[in-house]
Amino acid sequence: MAATSTTAEPTRRDFIYIATGAVAAVGAAAAAWPLIDQMNPSSAVLALASIEVDLTPIQVGQSITVKFRGHPLFVRRRSAKEIAAAKAVAVSELPDPLARNENLPDDAPATDANREIKAEWLIVSGVCTHLGCTPNAFEGDFGGWLCHCHGSMYDTAGRIRKGPAPQNLAIPTYSFLSDQRIKVG
Amino acid sequence: MSGQSTYVPQTGFTRWLDSRLPIVRFAHDTMLTFPTPRNLNFWYAFGAILTFCLGVQIVTGIVLAMHYVPNENMAFDSVENIMRDVNYGWLLRYVHANGASMFFLAVYVHMFRGLYYGSYKAPREILWILGVLIYLLMVITAFMGYVLPWGQMSFWAATVITNLFSSLDQISGGLKVGTHVATWLWGGFAVGDPTLNRFFSLHYLLPFVIAAVVGLHIWALHVPGNNNPLGIDVKGPQDSLPFHPYYTTKDAFYVGLFAILFAVLVFYAPEFVGNPDNNIPANPLVTPADIVPEWYLLPFYAMLRSIPQKLIGVIVLGGAILTLAFIPWLDTSRVRSNRFRPLMKQFFWVFVVDCLVLGYCGSQSVDASLHLGGIEVSLVWIARIGTAYYYAFFWVLMPVIGLIETPKPLPDSIAKSVLGPAE
Repeated sequence: MAATSTTAEPTRRDFIYIATGAVAAVGAAAAAWPLIDQMNPSSAVLALASIEVDLTPIQVGQSITVKFRGHPLFVRRRSAKEIAAAKAVAVSELPDPLARNENLPDDAPATDANREIKAEWLIVSGVCTHLGCTPNAFEGDFGGWLCHCHGSMYDTAGRIRKGPAPQNLAIPTYSFLSDQRIKVG
Repeated sequence: MSGQSTYVPQTGFTRWLDSRLPIVRFAHDTMLTFPTPRNLNFWYAFGAILTFCLGVQIVTGIVLAMHYVPNENMAFDSVENIMRDVNYGWLLRYVHANGASMFFLAVYVHMFRGLYYGSYKAPREILWILGVLIYLLMVITAFMGYVLPWGQMSFWAATVITNLFSSLDQISGGLKVGTHVATWLWGGFAVGDPTLNRFFSLHYLLPFVIAAVVGLHIWALHVPGNNNPLGIDVKGPQDSLPFHPYYTTKDAFYVGLFAILFAVLVFYAPEFVGNPDNNIPANPLVTPADIVPEWYLLPFYAMLRSIPQKLIGVIVLGGAILTLAFIPWLDTSRVRSNRFRPLMKQFFWVFVVDCLVLGYCGSQSVDASLHLGGIEVSLVWIARIGTAYYYAFFWVLMPVIGLIETPKPLPDSIAKSVLGPAE
């Protein structure tokens, strides 16, 4: 501080310098926050409703894409073969061992059973966990999805198996309203 | 500025003005009498060419903004309206869109020029770093501009690039810093209307920031003066010429040639650098089969894709640009110009080829491979080797070669080199 040449003791002027600086810093931060936070999702965006999906028209082996909170969501009715293929994989072989299922605790392992509520119905986010492209169904080495952007491959439980994506496709909160109707979100 | 001002006001008004706001003196000293090395070649015209490009982008951009609508439901149609109905809208938009490509073409030549002649070396480190900053601002501005037409490529480019930040999740544990940053950038849970609006706002702002940094860049240039193809210092008045008329005419000539090339692109191949998928309106549910960035970002895209781990891929991508800022201290040679560096010159040209190879790798689909003499080589591996060379060139070759290379003898002065030893 400025006055130390005449005395080693802090002076009242030193105190005023620091106090003024502190007030200015807090004031600048307080003024900056609205300018920064205005970029976060607005109330209107946060109020996006949940959606309901009618499962009746979906055939065994078919996958449809619906829009959920601006993102694609895959609803896939898996064949017995696809379910068996997904169940046959040990969790230890998976790049991402966590279920990534919002309906379960965060540390649930990525077994096939932890990826669905009903084995036949796989409901996963259509957002590749690498850089957000939408993967194509029934492609890639594992019969699940292939992301064309950077080559990530997902299996028939939507789990990452190969490529740069770090995580399994996310599973949003959903519930069965009846056998043929789900509510997502 | 170097040297004394030689400006002498000729009229009563300019004398009056000069003692109040010496703006005419400033222009006189920086644009007319500024001493410039007499041996600057063609490659030194790109500073003027880049100034021309920035001017073209700002002027066409301002008028395009009078017709464009930054709304997710109207953006695509407003661009179509510009192309079909606005008077000369097609011309203005094609000049602006192709202008970005011409701008990057020029900036790459300008950067390789600086790299070849050692223009980043002392005392021009700040000049070089300001240039890297301008380049980074150009990349951000161009990316945001590319999003505005709200076609499929626009939308998915925005998605992929903003998702680069989500890789921060991998080092922030349960805090999910990356997800929060991405959400903040989007103003939602995906790229959407709020994203488009803010990109438009920033795309309008950043060119003026670039113009300001260009001002600093030229200021930093005018302190030590230009480097030159010999890389030796100007030792006296015999080594330099006044900027006007010698370099104003030379620059104007090359700006003219550049404008011809520009016009050929705009009038004969206006969609040549564009991606046809961007003529499809944005669809958040379908990603195009192959998403490719604009050509000027392909080498960096190849680096990103060549790394199988998300976070490391993003770091390698960012590091490739950040590395440029360290070049002034990575090059240990006491000689600036590659004309006198027989060993470095070879690695320099390998580096130029490396950048082109990386660009090619980035333009091909992820699983593509190349048949070289009967052997199938995966492009991912070529890109990995290319990425390794990119980094090795700056972080290994530059410091090591500078120490072990014996440079050729330097000429005594620019004047002797230009005029011969007769005097």
